Amino acid sequence: MTHFTHIKMCDLHIYSYPSIFIYGHRASGKSHVMHVLLKELELPHATVSCVECVSVALLFEQVLLSFFGCDAASLLPRSPSLSDFVRIYRQQCSQSPAKQTRYIVMEKAELLRDTDANLLPALLRLQELVEDNVTIILLSEIVWDKFRPNTGCFEPLLLHFPDYSKGELQQILSQDRHPSYTAEFYSSYINILLGVFYSVCRDLRELRHLAALNFSKFCEPLAEGKVKETDTHKLWRNIEPHLKKAMQTVYLREVSSLQWEQMQQMEEKESGALRGLSAHTHVELPYYSKFLLIAAYLASYNPARTDKRFFLKVDRFNFTPKNLLNHLLGPKPFPLDRLLAIFYSVVDNRVAPTASIFSQISSLVTLQLLTQVSHDDQLDAPKYKCAVSMDFICAISRTVNFDIVKYLYDFL
Amino acid sequence: MTTTSVSKGCFVFKPSAKKKKKTLSLDNSEIRFKLCQDLWHKIRADTEVLQDELNRKILDSLLDFTRKCSSTRQHSDWASQMRASEIPTAALVLGVNVPDHDMTFQSLSELLQQSVTPHVASVQAKECGALKHLMKRVLERLMDTVVTVDDEEEEETEQTSTQLHKSVHCSLSTLCDWYNAKTMKSKTGTPGKKRSSPVRDDPQQPPVVIIFKDLEAFNPKVLQDFILICSRYVERLPLMFIFGIATSPSTIQHMLPHSVSSLLCIELFQSLSCTQHLATVIDKLILTPQFPFKLNGKVMQVLMSIFLYHDFSVRNFIKGVQLALLEHFHSQPLSVLCCKKKEALLNVMQLSHHDLESIRHLLSFRRYVEKQEPQEQLNLFRDDTHLKEVCQKLIKDLRKYHKNYYPVLRCLHTLTSSLPRYPLGKQVRELHLICLEKNVWENEDYQTAMKLLKMLAKDELIASLQRCVEILQPVKSKKMKKALVELEELLTLLEMNESRRAKKLSPFEVLRNEALEFIDGLVKSHLSPPESQTLNEVCYYSSSATVRRHLNATPRTSIQAALSSPYYYLQSLKTEDGTVSNAAPDICIAYKLHLECGRLINLYDWLEAYATVVSAAEGNNPDSDNVRKVEEVKHARFIQAVSELEFLGFIKSTKQKTDHVARLTWGGC
Repeated sequence: MTHFTHIKMCDLHIYSYPSIFIYGHRASGKSHVMHVLLKELELPHATVSCVECVSVALLFEQVLLSFFGCDAASLLPRSPSLSDFVRIYRQQCSQSPAKQTRYIVMEKAELLRDTDANLLPALLRLQELVEDNVTIILLSEIVWDKFRPNTGCFEPLLLHFPDYSKGELQQILSQDRHPSYTAEFYSSYINILLGVFYSVCRDLRELRHLAALNFSKFCEPLAEGKVKETDTHKLWRNIEPHLKKAMQTVYLREVSSLQWEQMQQMEEKESGALRGLSAHTHVELPYYSKFLLIAAYLASYNPARTDKRFFLKVDRFNFTPKNLLNHLLGPKPFPLDRLLAIFYSVVDNRVAPTASIFSQISSLVTLQLLTQVSHDDQLDAPKYKCAVSMDFICAISRTVNFDIVKYLYDFL
Repeated sequence: MTTTSVSKGCFVFKPSAKKKKKTLSLDNSEIRFKLCQDLWHKIRADTEVLQDELNRKILDSLLDFTRKCSSTRQHSDWASQMRASEIPTAALVLGVNVPDHDMTFQSLSELLQQSVTPHVASVQAKECGALKHLMKRVLERLMDTVVTVDDEEEEETEQTSTQLHKSVHCSLSTLCDWYNAKTMKSKTGTPGKKRSSPVRDDPQQPPVVIIFKDLEAFNPKVLQDFILICSRYVERLPLMFIFGIATSPSTIQHMLPHSVSSLLCIELFQSLSCTQHLATVIDKLILTPQFPFKLNGKVMQVLMSIFLYHDFSVRNFIKGVQLALLEHFHSQPLSVLCCKKKEALLNVMQLSHHDLESIRHLLSFRRYVEKQEPQEQLNLFRDDTHLKEVCQKLIKDLRKYHKNYYPVLRCLHTLTSSLPRYPLGKQVRELHLICLEKNVWENEDYQTAMKLLKMLAKDELIASLQRCVEILQPVKSKKMKKALVELEELLTLLEMNESRRAKKLSPFEVLRNEALEFIDGLVKSHLSPPESQTLNEVCYYSSSATVRRHLNATPRTSIQAALSSPYYYLQSLKTEDGTVSNAAPDICIAYKLHLECGRLINLYDWLEAYATVVSAAEGNNPDSDNVRKVEEVKHARFIQAVSELEFLGFIKSTKQKTDHVARLTWGGC
């Protein structure tokens, strides 16, 4: 909230600065400040989230809609260009000239970089184009240097929203206190919460979420009448292990907030049964799919020239592999032929090359266990990559009694 | 058989008695078709019911979840307000058997629409390549459910036309407005049309459910953006997601970064595994005397291996059963007897002389005849009416065999499935396969299982036998009823006797041996393989090769078969010795010639050889001068054949030698 003073609202008769660029980390108050400011001062403004604008048409429409009403917005042609927008804007603003500076706030402005190359430079000097007292305010989590186009553009006014300090966080969080408890009590709770979480998380939104989730547990001894509101130490002793647990589960979204609340209602002994999302990694696959995946893994992590050593029945001569090099480099693409050749040599019994073997490869691709490297249209010798981790493939190999480590070049 | 009914269901078409008499005389295919259809409708209806039952639990919990989420939204207490910004999300883990999912999602959205909210939209990854497509699909489906949005559709699809358009765009704010209008209307209109269950929350604010059928296949970027957008509207629009996951829930974490997944409140729902699903289907469909149609061991084996090795899909398994059913009724004229007892007995009397002759040729029937007295043998071969009577008796016997087979199979399974190392298999279907193949009691594993059973402790044995009693109780067959009485007697005796360790056999041990001998006796008299039963060909479908060929196609083998022996597909090319005739298609000749070459093929030599063969086929003397020069037409035909071979992947051009091509397959002729 300390940023209010930074943005100086301009005089009515002089045009304000054409564009302002505001950056700062997630949840550092950019949107909130802008929103409150524009609302409190009753300034004409349009707020657009760039993520929502799947096409520029939506962007233009929203701006026109909030400045001149839906009649103006409907004047836009079907797939409007920037000049259409400028034309309609000028036409409209000559009818209803600005009494004050108009503001266009664009959230998540970093997405503008992915749109047409001329959109961002044009928006930065929109004031000139439409000859109206309009200011573009870009909000982003990325610094301006990453925006500047190669061709150069109008330099906006840069504003940085620094991260909140611990004290500021404490102040802000204390504001949404529970109505049935005193402000001091809630504030002391926030203090304890920050003590645990501040070292790992400074995101206001996350902290707020955590505060809401754990408050009932904090109040528990109070409701039971064991402790007084002022006995902070006892309250701390009660909540601290609980918060630590929250850090490993609900903060990582391993369990949802709803489950977390249910866990709190349950007694300690039962709550152990609830497993997080990442605990479920086991995937049950058909028998040949497992071997196809194993073959894909081998093809991805072994150099093609070593295939002979592993899969031909000749005695392997000694060689020293470079330690874990292939695993550090990540999976490499391989052609379908090689996958099938390895598959037929690792699978223990004779398999006919049936249509279902091929369809299993494509279903592994849709399950994202394999990724197709070549384009979909390439029917001839498609290339794939294996997209599973070492742990995953080891678990799969164990279920089919296949010792995969023996076949990996890096582990010889 | 067709009906005018639109709904899915089981339609039984009783064959009219008049028609039967007429048609049975020579060709009974119409009756067979009818029988086949009836049976299939019954099977399909049964499996649908079964699937609904299996899914009920998970669907119910999902419904509860949606109800709970939408009701907590409307609470105004401090805690739920603080986390109102999260979008409730159900992660539904369904397993890798993707073909089966459709049915689950179908019933899920139906149930949701019935009891929770009219606003349900399901999307698939393949129709949502970009964010705007996803948006468009969601909007279309949500708004389509109640209002027509023809103008809406035109909006997005035709981007190029320059006509002016209304201010409706493919954005969530449109949806918000629509939703508000909708709920406002229903507030003033008639609230709660039907079934107002107590859990049903305020009908004015039904949630908007979006189902992502195949989460893995979605483009992560699209999904992330969509969730970000949705979270901006969640205060105005009670959104809810259902993710259909085929692999594991950790996919969510792989696809969505923390900044996005923190916008969701994810709850996990695990569905029944497909193997359990299949076990139930087999239990209700295969291991029951209810359906006269049976699969023999090999066909069963093929279907099982397709399931376990290839796809894990229960739907495909049932399709396989359907194929076997069709094939059976199509290819076996005697399948006219494969129906309910009454009908079968009736149909026996209608059998033609021709049909009876084919009965006389059945392997199982010949075995039966051999065991008869010579006079009886003669009667069976000569007297059609006598044969019909015998057939009636045999059909009855076959039914009795089935009635006894399945309960005894289950009893044996209950006893052996708890043994260490599962000598007779963990699943009842494994035991069934063993029994189908040969006499189970001659199996080595059976002997070990019996030995292990003889060492069972008292409480275990009694518990198992108790379960056997439960299995036998509902069976309506004389033999089984008798067995039940004996078993119950043994049980009471066993319960009364103490087990003590002693040199001499304790009364318990004596009884235990007696009980197991009794079980052994049951097995020996009822679990003989169906092949030993007379007239088993009527009910058992045995052509595993056909099923395999149809369900597990081998494209490469077929291509090779077509090229090396074209007469397999083109009957006119049949020669006596089975070699390729000269008149075979060009590509076959080229293929045959290329088999004789090494890794690299000289194109000119190949052409020469080809021209020689073709001219021989045309009746020219290959040595005469005027054909030595290759004609242009032949040249062109050869080039076409070669490029076809290249297209099929048998050869490719090589840079090693310019006038050569490289072979891509091994082996010669």
